[in-house]
Amino acid sequence: MLFLLAAGLTLVFGIMDMINLAHGSLYMLGAFLASTFVALTGSFTAGVLLAIPATAVLGMALEVSVLRTLYARDHLSQVLATFALILILNEVVRLVWGSDAALPMPAALSGPVELFPGLRYPAYRLLIIGVGLFIALLLYVLVTKTRVGMLVRAGASNREMALAMGVNIKLLFTLVFGAGAALCAVAGALLAPLFAVQVGMGENILILAFVVIVIGGIGSIRGALVGALVVGVVDTIGRAFLPLAFGLVFQPRVASAAGPAIASVSIYLLMAVILYFKPKGLFPARG
Amino acid sequence: MKKSIFLIAVFSVFPLVMQATDHLFYVSFASRVMIYAIAATSLNLALGYGGMISFGHAAFVGTGAYVAAICVAEGVTSAWLGWPAAIAVSALAAWLIGAVSLRTRGVYFIMITLAFAQMTFYLVNSMKAYGGDEGLTLPQRASLGFDLGNELAFYYVVLFLLAATIFLLYKLINSRFGRVVNAIRENETRAAAIGLPVFRYQLACFVIAGAAAGLAGALLANHGKYVNPNVLHWAQSGTLMIMVILGGVGRLWGGAIGAAVLLGLEHLIADYPIAWLAALAPNYQQHANLGVGAVLLAIVLFAPQGIAGLLSRKRNAAA
Amino acid sequence: MLRLEAISKRFGGVVATDAVSLEVAQGEVHALIGPNGAGKTTLIGQISGSLSPDEGEILFENRKITRLRQHARVAAGLARSYQITSIFRSFTVLDNLALAVQARSGSSFSFWKPVAEETALFGEARAIGDEIGLSSKLDSTAGNLSHGEQRALEVGLALATRPRLVLLDEPMAGMGPEESQRMIALISRIRSRVTVLLVEHDMDAVFRLADRISVLVAGRIIATDLPEKIKANQQVRQAYLGDEVAA
Repeated sequence: MLFLLAAGLTLVFGIMDMINLAHGSLYMLGAFLASTFVALTGSFTAGVLLAIPATAVLGMALEVSVLRTLYARDHLSQVLATFALILILNEVVRLVWGSDAALPMPAALSGPVELFPGLRYPAYRLLIIGVGLFIALLLYVLVTKTRVGMLVRAGASNREMALAMGVNIKLLFTLVFGAGAALCAVAGALLAPLFAVQVGMGENILILAFVVIVIGGIGSIRGALVGALVVGVVDTIGRAFLPLAFGLVFQPRVASAAGPAIASVSIYLLMAVILYFKPKGLFPARG
Repeated sequence: MKKSIFLIAVFSVFPLVMQATDHLFYVSFASRVMIYAIAATSLNLALGYGGMISFGHAAFVGTGAYVAAICVAEGVTSAWLGWPAAIAVSALAAWLIGAVSLRTRGVYFIMITLAFAQMTFYLVNSMKAYGGDEGLTLPQRASLGFDLGNELAFYYVVLFLLAATIFLLYKLINSRFGRVVNAIRENETRAAAIGLPVFRYQLACFVIAGAAAGLAGALLANHGKYVNPNVLHWAQSGTLMIMVILGGVGRLWGGAIGAAVLLGLEHLIADYPIAWLAALAPNYQQHANLGVGAVLLAIVLFAPQGIAGLLSRKRNAAA
Repeated sequence: MLRLEAISKRFGGVVATDAVSLEVAQGEVHALIGPNGAGKTTLIGQISGSLSPDEGEILFENRKITRLRQHARVAAGLARSYQITSIFRSFTVLDNLALAVQARSGSSFSFWKPVAEETALFGEARAIGDEIGLSSKLDSTAGNLSHGEQRALEVGLALATRPRLVLLDEPMAGMGPEESQRMIALISRIRSRVTVLLVEHDMDAVFRLADRISVLVAGRIIATDLPEKIKANQQVRQAYLGDEVAA
């Protein structure tokens, strides 16, 4: 799921050269919209499916109205403006929905599934993994095999050339942004039953998404996938094993205090180390 | 210069007036504004003059705050020891973080400073011995030899430190160092090509900014007699950035103006209901951030030089 | 004074610099010519230190500088100017030059004393300003200068670091005939003090100024010789000069 957010983010940054902090807010919007639609239609699937285009439309509206003017501006202005958007969107959501909303897990998927004899795994999480892989595949096909995908890749690696070759940049940008928003919606809606749907949920995951694309290299979807996997693995390992490892080496009191801290820090440490040796990430789209 | 002396005079008399009219709360509020002014000014040095968009500045403020708090909590109540310690530790943190981060550029730099800030946040959050996520309360404010629990005394100390900070910044930007930092911000490639070791100067600038932030943090901890990990959260970095851009990036009084305006507005909105606005949206005071966001957006889009910029433009136009 | 030994550089699959060996003698004006895309700026970048060669050695005054950082090379007396004007646009012309002088003279870890008081610094900056012909424009903002004036400032910045060897990357780029004449005069003035490696397309200037010419085509040096010999060189004419350049 982290991959979905990261992919959208890396595309927007890679192609439009824009740092969009409000990306997490789109994720939040997706979750809130999904909760409304699910409540309206009574069906989990319908609700989620409706939320996707709705969020995409909102995202594109945002792009056309506000974000367009930021493409030409420097990164600091983009950071500040999209940070302002986070504040505004957070409050708008609070006004419309209140501080949180409910999106319960569909009953059919809430039980575990037996993958192998003896290995049971929550069905819902399987769904998430499945959707994630499916979309990764879809994106891969889209980006590498279709014309649109080629335009996207061209834009990511050299925007001036793409412009010079007459690509309708404005439309392309809007569509890319819409696609990014749609990805956010999928992530937001699907993750909602697992984590709480609340104002501010976007920011926490946003940082992780940025860490992912920085590790993976900005502008590269492959980088986003690798980055998301790496981050996920490191995080899990870190949380699971570092406290154990510490316990072996240090006294119990120190270990129990320091272990969890180091675990949550491990991802950032990883990013720092990677950037130290490869200041542009693992697979930068631009040379 | 004359303007500054006038301002200092006003600010010196202000608390006495407040005390006389029994509005001591405003003295405490003013102290808080000035502390944030110091923090925002320190960010302005790194960001406005140095061109280093650090989204992790809150880490240095927070580090200073925690060092100062821990000193008092552990019985070291002398501010002469505690506050320089806070400055030193923050400077060290800035040195370490800067040494790694400044090898990157652009968005990578922004992200890595953000990440480091988050790291310190999580680290501090897990320090159960010092309150963890519940924070740490100080039994008293540190002492400079005279009691700082007295609001007026504390106010004057903060006022002095703010004046000193701005004065030092003024000296700095006009010095050789200031020129180099400006040049690097403007054209880093050429700066290197004329023989300036860019990394060294950027790191120095970053460390000085971090040290000043540490001072602000120490004052903050003492002001409220309380710290908690939220002071290190990246949203705080964002707040400081808002202050800087509001007040004027790269302008001497930018940090101070921004802090005053932002905190002032927050206070006004929270404590002084506007009747017609309340009629429109009954809960508007809880959604103050909407206004902040809108104002920030407007400034970024239409007045990127901030308030200080607008003021100086008006002056130039009138002249 | 400057010696390149089999310098090579690749960018992905593209060989930008192909085993280039070059020698610049002290006191000469050595021109480097070649078609667009031959790799001249890449070579300059490697000599000045902003790019790192994959193979080979660079020696400056018999000292290996291949691994030396750019700012250290400037301190050693090796400066460059840029093909695409790269100046400090919001500074005045005087401040631009003063900055370069400041970079060379002592540490800038000075936090207290105002720069404005350093008269020696500004005196020297003025002198350079006169030399490059911008004495009437010293207080203008650099960004407001005409193209030709900016190119002069570009060279001035390099000169202000008091180099012993200066790399001029197409100083006449985009200049009209009058401005070009002024630039030629400037280079003629400085050649007694400073060794020059000049990259240029303006053949008139090249043949008037150069003591020797090297020709770079597709990353390799195909000839290094006196100007008349280069003019007559068949390979060079085919690759670059063409037959229009009369004797």
